[in-house]
Formats: sequence, C-alpha cells, structure tokens
Amino acid sequence: MEQYLYIALFAPLVGSLVAALFAQSSKNIFTGIFTSTLIFISFVSSIILLYYVNANTIVNVEMMDWISAGNLSISFGFVVDQVSVIMMVTVTLVSTVVHVYSIGYMEHDESFNRFFSYLSAFVFSMMILVMSDNFLGLFIGWEGVGLCSWLLIGFWYKKTSASWAANEAFIMNRIADLGMLMGIFLIYWNIGSLQYDIVFASIVNLDIKIVSWIGIFLFIGAMGKSAQFPLHTWLADAMEGPTPVSALIHAATMVTAGVYLIVRAGEIYTLIPNVGMFIASLGAFVAVFAASMALVNRDLKRIIAYSTLSQLGYMFVAAGLGAYWIALFHLMTHAFFKSLLFLGAGNVMHAMNNELDIKKMGGLYKAMRPTAILMGIASVALAGIYPLAGFFSKDKILEVAFNDGSYILWAALFVGAGLTAFYSFRLIMLVFFGDKVHEKFGIVPHEAKPFVIYALTPLALLAIVAGFFEHSFYEFTTQLLADYKFTLDHSVVINLIFATSAIALSGIIFAVYKYIRGGFSEKIENWRIYKLLLNQYYIPKLYEVCIIKPFATLSRFAWLNIDNKIVDASVDMIAKTICSSGEKAREMQSGNLSSMLRWMVVGIIVLLVLAIFYRPMV
Amino acid sequence: MITLTHYLVLSVILFSIGLVGVMRRKNLLMLFFSTEILLNSVNIGFVAVSHYYGDLSGQLFAFFIIAVAASEIAVGLGLLVLWYKKTGSINLDSLQMMKG
Repeated sequence: MEQYLYIALFAPLVGSLVAALFAQSSKNIFTGIFTSTLIFISFVSSIILLYYVNANTIVNVEMMDWISAGNLSISFGFVVDQVSVIMMVTVTLVSTVVHVYSIGYMEHDESFNRFFSYLSAFVFSMMILVMSDNFLGLFIGWEGVGLCSWLLIGFWYKKTSASWAANEAFIMNRIADLGMLMGIFLIYWNIGSLQYDIVFASIVNLDIKIVSWIGIFLFIGAMGKSAQFPLHTWLADAMEGPTPVSALIHAATMVTAGVYLIVRAGEIYTLIPNVGMFIASLGAFVAVFAASMALVNRDLKRIIAYSTLSQLGYMFVAAGLGAYWIALFHLMTHAFFKSLLFLGAGNVMHAMNNELDIKKMGGLYKAMRPTAILMGIASVALAGIYPLAGFFSKDKILEVAFNDGSYILWAALFVGAGLTAFYSFRLIMLVFFGDKVHEKFGIVPHEAKPFVIYALTPLALLAIVAGFFEHSFYEFTTQLLADYKFTLDHSVVINLIFATSAIALSGIIFAVYKYIRGGFSEKIENWRIYKLLLNQYYIPKLYEVCIIKPFATLSRFAWLNIDNKIVDASVDMIAKTICSSGEKAREMQSGNLSSMLRWMVVGIIVLLVLAIFYRPMV
Repeated sequence: MITLTHYLVLSVILFSIGLVGVMRRKNLLMLFFSTEILLNSVNIGFVAVSHYYGDLSGQLFAFFIIAVAASEIAVGLGLLVLWYKKTGSINLDSLQMMKG
C-alpha cells in the first residue's frame, strides 16, 4: 500500500514541476490535461487507500531522515489513517474537478501553464499537510499551502488590488503561524518529540496549564488559516484571485486546514474543555457574524466567501465541543457544495464579463440553465435542506451544541442557519431570476462549455448524496477519533431537526418571496445597520486606522530616522573614512625619491619611538 | 679629557647633519655625501663604544662598514655618471620615471 501513498502524494508534485517547465511559454493545453490527469491518479490512489484503511491497517511510512541534530530527530514520515484518508479523498476529488474546470475557465489567460503549476503545487502542499505523521511536517505543508495561496491570490499580479490581497492573506497567516510555531515548540520542549502518536500518548502526563497553552497556540494557528475572527479579513479580500482558486483553496481545502488541525490534535483538546469551549464560542460567533455580512454584500464571490467563513465557524463549534467526527463530516460535505457554488459563480462571472455585482445581473436562468441548477443544488445543500448533504452535517452540529447544554451557542447557530438560507437564496434569486438588469449594460450571457459543466456534476452528485454516508462515515472515523456521546432523547432530536429545517425553509421562502416581488426598497440602504454590515462592521477600517497606519508611520520613522540616519550613516562613514584615507595616503607614492626618503625617515623615527616606549610583555 | 660622551655627541651631531642632508638635498652627489656622513657617524659611535668596553668587534664592524660604503659609492657613482651622460642633470626631482 506504500506505493499508493507515494503516488497520491507525489503525483501532484510531478504535475506541478512539469507544468512549471512551460511556465514562461504561451498557453499549452497539454499542461492542463497532464496536471489534471496526475491529480486524478492521486485521487484514485486515495480511493484505494480509503478502501484499504481500517483499524488495523493504518499505513505509516518513514520516507527518510530529515533533521537529526543532537536529541532532535525528525523524519519525513507519512501516515494514512482514518482522518487523513478522508482529507486526502476530499482534497484530491475537489482538486480534480477544479483542475478540469480551470482548463475551461482559464483558456484565455496568457499565464495558463503557470496557473496549473501553482494549482498542482498547492495540492501537493495540502497532501503533505494532511498526510504528515508529525507536527513539523504538518507545519511544512501549512506553510506550503500559505505560499501557494499567496501565489494564486496574486495570480493576476499586475492588478494592484490582487497583489495587495495576496500580501494581506500572507501577512495575516504569518501572524497566526507564529502562534502555531510556539505551540509546536512547546510540544517539543515538554515531550521531546513531534510524532503524533508519541505526543498524544504522553500529553496526558503534562501539567494541564502547559496543555492549555499548547492548545491555545495551536488554535491561534488554526484561526489564521481558517480565517476566524479577528484574523478573518483576508478571506474576503482573497477573492481577488481566479475563481477556481477561491473554490479550491478558499472554500474547500486550505481554509479547512485549521479544522483539520483541531481534529487531528483532538487528543490534546479533549484534555482542555475550557479551551474547547472558547473555540466553540468563537466559532458560533463567527458563524453569525460572517452570515450577517453576507446578507447585504453585493459582490457575488464575497457573499460566498462570507458563507465559507460562517460554515467554518460551524465546524469549529463541533470541533471545540469534542465532536471531531462531526466537524470532519461537515468539512467534507462543505467542501463539496461550497466548491460547487464557487465554480458555478465562476461560470456566472464569465457570462457577465467578470462583473461581480449581483444587483447588475438577474434573469440568467434562461441563458445558463445547467449552471443555475448546479448552483441551486449547492445552495439548497448549504442551507441544509433534507435530503442534501448540508442537512446531515449542519444539523448534527446544532444537535451537538444542544446536547452540550450550550443553548446560547445553539441559538447562535440556529439564527445562523436561517441567515444562511436567506443569503444563499438572495444570491440565487438576484442572479438567476428577476429582471434582466444586465441587458442595460449590454452584456450577452453565455453558458460555459459542456465539459466544464460535466466536470461539476460529480460535486453536485456528492452535494446531494454525501449525507447518506453519515453512518459509515461515523463508523469509519471513530475508529481513530474520540466518539461523541449524544444523551438527547429521540423526540428532542426530532424536534430539533424540525426546528432547524423550519428556520432554513423559512429563510429560503422569505428570500424567494421578497425577491420575486422586486426585493427590498432602496430605503434600507440608508439604515445604519445596513451600512454597518456592508462595511463589514468597519473592521477593515479599524485595522487600517489602528494597525496599518500606525505601523506604516512607525516603519517610515524607522526607515528615515533609524535606518537612514544611524545604521546606514555609520556603515557609510566607515567606508568613506577608509576611502578618503586611502585617497590621501596615495599622495605619498609620488615617485619622488626625495619625498620617499623623507617618509623613510619618518618611518624610522616612528619605529624608534615605538622601540623605546612600547615593550611587549614577554 | 675627552670621554665617551664627547664621541657619542659628535656621532649624533654628524648623524643629524647626514639625515638633514638626505632629506633636504636635491643634488644626487650631495645625497651621496650625506650618506657617507651618516655611515661615518655610525662608525665613530662603534669605534668609541668598542674602545670603551675594550671589545674589538665594534672596530671590526667599522671596517666592515667602510668597505661596504666604498663599494656602494663605486657602484653609485658609476650609475650617476651614466645618468648624467644620458640626461645632463643630476637633480633628484628629474628622477621620476616610475611615477604612476
């Protein structure tokens, strides 16, 4: 089985490197097909591993020694267990779809080959992240996906806004990575190893305070990658990148790495329920907070990005409360329907000549029926309507919150579910139904190529049926993960399910009803709360005023006064002194015998003086 | 009574005269004279000290220096004559062919 592990891991790397060879040349359809094929091979290997792995057959390989210095010994080790194989299948499946989709989406882009090189490099980093059997390997993958995310957000680097957004994402992640690194240092310091199994075996012996700090630091890392409050602003801005990137990285895979980390380190978090409670509370807060911003936004991709944020909040609630398999389940189903939603949005964008304002669309159903249906499926799944995938996973999370007795969290998630349903269908209604506003702008919409649509069907299929795998998923993952005990009565559960479905349905119905009749009047745009939401609670502004500007001022001060006037000046002074003294000393070498003789006399006198006054201690 | 000090003072005075000559004179011939004065001032010192200690090696060294000075002057004067024939001047300042 080892060979399948290596194939799954390295096929994307090979694709990336081969595509990179053509990075500077003009568009070559071969790179797209080649990388897609390799990702598909990786997917097939992951599927084989999925069928192979069970409680007794965890594949664990040590490829080679990596760092060995003194007591520190870390190897390139990979593990395929129940958690990582689920991640592998999810990642490679979505990646395959996104690769095929991108052949159509990027066909007019001059940097076609470069795009595929980056995209495959991302998949490789993500595979390292999920397959590593130690925290350091995970960190390498973690940084790798960060790098690829930076490259891909700033893919159209000639656009200032794109490179700005790329830098923002990278810098925010660096801040969080520091926290993660501290967590890893703490683990190594106290346990002396970074291997998962060793760490989890000996973590129980540690002082609870230290475990708490480890948990907190690791969660800071997760917060950055999964864009949790207050490090959330980069995700919405990251939508500057090409849409397939948003679908793959900023919806399905990379942003869920934070959840993966919490699930993977579950044995640490079960020891510290207080930190878990904090994670869950923050998750619930983000779930509502992000959903509320999605309510009023007019940017097609940003709405979906906020929705991703909100769903990540749901996952953190489950992970924080100890229901790791449910977090992982929602991660998987969310990856399917959210990437579908994003890719559909990409089709809409193409049809609209890259227009993103949903108020300028409308009535696209006629022109783009397949896309409309696919996005409809994704939205229903996102809203959590039976029998689509989102229903099963999201409902379970609400049950967990209720079961835990944290009714406040439950209420927040409940409201969040309603908001989710509303904004999803607000988007659908404004884009596909209603008046054809786009005709005013002279845009003639056209459907994407057939193969692009076909590429999306597996995701649509999974968005519909993935929920029914809940039971086998539960049995499979709890072989490794801690089980979560439900103590609720059956009747309570039924009531909860009805309540959640009811609020989701009413959200949908409200949106449909309201937007069929022309939507809200313009007056609400003057409401203070509308402005607050539209400006994202003024948080980006707050960051700019409180952090970016003072920091820029400080940097400018340091540059002009400290660096230029002290550091540079002193270095320059040394150079100038040497230079000018050489310039002056050069005159000694005049070639005139008489002056040379004089210098000789001076030299003799100096030596004499030295011989008299300077006696080295012998 | 003439003591060692007198000899050494004479030697120092001659050495200073020689040194000033080396530094100030531009005429090559004068430069040779100055060098001779320098060497002989040292000789006086050697001989005086050697006599004072009753050790002959100092006087021996003086002879040695006289021999070296004579051969040096022989070579130097030969070059000087050649140089004078070639350029018609024995001024030090004209000796700057190597100036960069």
